[in-house]
Amino acid sequence: MDIGTIAKELNLKILSASDRMKNNVTGGYTGDLLSDVMANSHEGDVWITRQVHQNIVAIATLKEHAGIILVNSCEPAKDTLERAIQENVPILICNLPAFELTGKIYNLLSAAK
Amino acid sequence: MKPAVNNTENNLNKYSFNIEGGNFNDAGTVSTRIKSILKQKGLPNDVVRRSAIVCYEAEINIVSYARKGTVNLTVTSEAIEIEVIDEGPGIPDIKQAMEQGYSTANQQIREMGFGAGMGLYNINTYSDRFDISSEVNKGTSLKMIIKTSQLTKDT
Repeated sequence: MDIGTIAKELNLKILSASDRMKNNVTGGYTGDLLSDVMANSHEGDVWITRQVHQNIVAIATLKEHAGIILVNSCEPAKDTLERAIQENVPILICNLPAFELTGKIYNLLSAAK
Repeated sequence: MKPAVNNTENNLNKYSFNIEGGNFNDAGTVSTRIKSILKQKGLPNDVVRRSAIVCYEAEINIVSYARKGTVNLTVTSEAIEIEVIDEGPGIPDIKQAMEQGYSTANQQIREMGFGAGMGLYNINTYSDRFDISSEVNKGTSLKMIIKTSQLTKDT
């Protein structure tokens, strides 16, 4: 399933890299501890987080995540968004808390298998 | 702002990168570059993945604690060798620093989601061999080896 479909199904706001909505999502990882995300997330994951500073873009680039979804309607910091546009990393915003969003994405991915 | 990364690629298999302490804006740049080099060389995904993890943790440690540091990458037919040398406060008790969850990070670093006490622990976990030495008020040196045995069979 591509990240654009997830965005549409869950009514997410797309802030950057709208031309990357065909990025294939093969799984997901939810976390705010960067070492944990670094060690345990995988390429193709959608990363669900509450962190908004620009190092999230570096991690998503390094781990080749399909995109980042910020929870609880959190806006990225200005330099985070600039970096995401520059690196062409999709950042999306969701009004749900991490638990609910994770559950919904898990269900979408499971149903698509 | 002066660039934190000075990439001096000496030859095909030896690379050196500089990292500036305290510069969180560019944190991860060296690891991303190293990952891309290893991918271009066609190394197995698991080797590239583990190299990126250990390199990122070492890079974040320099940015978080040291004044500056250097990352030397050497790729041989058998292994990836990543040497990370910094000038900084050093580590008084390495055994304690290696424990999962132990961290001396300040509040600002923790708020960013770093400083969870997983850095050295992860480096040790994902390397095939990990050596660390440190001198207080001078700096810390790390050497990580990740074997590429799968590759050597093919080449």
